[in-house]
Amino acid sequence: MKYSYLKDVVTLKLDQSKCNGCGLCLEVCPQQVFSIGNSLSSITDRDACMECGACARNCAPGAIYVRPGVGCAYAVLIDKLGIKGKCCGDACGCTLEGISDY
Amino acid sequence: MIIENKDFPMYESEAGSCCSSPQEQEEEISYVNSEGFLAGTIETAIDQVARAKTELTAADKIGSFKARWGVGRMNYAIAPGLYAVGNPTPEAPVLVSANYKLSFDSLRKELGGLDLWILVINTKGINVWCAAGKGTFGTAEIVRMVAETNLADLVSHRKLILPQLGAPGVAAHRVKAESGFRVVYGPVRASDLPVFLKNDCKAEPEMRHTTFTLADRLVLTPVEIVAALKPLAGLALLLFLLSSVALLISAGQYSFPVALGRAVYTLLPFIGAALVGTVLAPALLPYIPGRALAWKGWIVGMALVALLVTTFYSGASWLLKGIYMLTLPAIASFLSLNFTGSTTYTSLSGVVKEMGLALPVIIVSASAGVVALIISFFV
Repeated sequence: MKYSYLKDVVTLKLDQSKCNGCGLCLEVCPQQVFSIGNSLSSITDRDACMECGACARNCAPGAIYVRPGVGCAYAVLIDKLGIKGKCCGDACGCTLEGISDY
Repeated sequence: MIIENKDFPMYESEAGSCCSSPQEQEEEISYVNSEGFLAGTIETAIDQVARAKTELTAADKIGSFKARWGVGRMNYAIAPGLYAVGNPTPEAPVLVSANYKLSFDSLRKELGGLDLWILVINTKGINVWCAAGKGTFGTAEIVRMVAETNLADLVSHRKLILPQLGAPGVAAHRVKAESGFRVVYGPVRASDLPVFLKNDCKAEPEMRHTTFTLADRLVLTPVEIVAALKPLAGLALLLFLLSSVALLISAGQYSFPVALGRAVYTLLPFIGAALVGTVLAPALLPYIPGRALAWKGWIVGMALVALLVTTFYSGASWLLKGIYMLTLPAIASFLSLNFTGSTTYTSLSGVVKEMGLALPVIIVSASAGVVALIISFFV
């Protein structure tokens, strides 16, 4: 089952003129956002993007932009309140920890 | 050549930056005693390398259970370095993992019968995904550990297999440029590793996708429940005090069972709302209409109110029913919003947007409810 989150909110951008068609973005994306055709990558499911930043970080020619971040309300909240060093500990069930991420 | 993308500076402090305060990074973390999960050492070209067991012991399972319930969760780390599985040769593959013991355990338990190396890097005891988001599971630490362990002298190949979920923190092309090792992203789940390795390090498409099954959604709820306990205890105390004072004023004498009875009667729906927000809403997540999690939580909270006022609380005053309508969905909504941190699909931009819409409503509704709740004891 594929979950759908809010529409038209993510910051993901792809500049095809810089793409070298290596396909690494398809490989690292956990949400199947990209597909490849004519040896160039394209965004086919933008709303599925969770802004993890894996694609942009691994794009050697720098064709992809996304503002990476954790989609966690608690993290956003304590950041806004200026509380430091409270995250990812006693209060969070951090994203994907439950999955066998080795 | 390292290509830096100057137009798009990456990984500046965003919401996820909350863990990188300087004090925290200097904090010493102690490592879990390794005797329980190691089985001797093997001689190699560079040094002795400790061999990891591929079967989990009772102690490992108890440790995992405690970490899931938030007990000692920040101190559940193992020593970074090289580990062997089976009897690896210089040609054997190298897997890279985090030094969170839960990550290491979920990796090694899938590797029975295989011969390979595991390079455990220092993520300060945080799992791969979260550490990648912060950059501690990242290019620099991998390059540093490859050098520190003299990996190039140990293995004859130049390939590192990384968990796909580590990719947000790692630039494969930069690892190659800085360490000489090529990064290959393995499957999302450790359980797919044996097949991945057998298929010449090719991942089937389904190995690349995260899923979010009922079990995935519920495995994280204990931590959320624990987090909700403290405010509930505070509310319980407040209700008991209100109930006691109200009793003294109206009856002129005190009765502990009567005061307690009213406090518990008033409190129970709030516990219900906490469970709805932390367990029921996550469990039913894909089946609740709407997209925003705050909305989903609110709907389930309203369903709880509807259930209560037509059954167990049908005899309650209209004021109390109104109070529940203001507070319970707000609580469930807030807790569901918090669950965004546990999901596998919510984006920061989306969370910021829904918080901007939902939080004011939640705060106004809950505040009005609490004021009315206090008043309700004296009318």
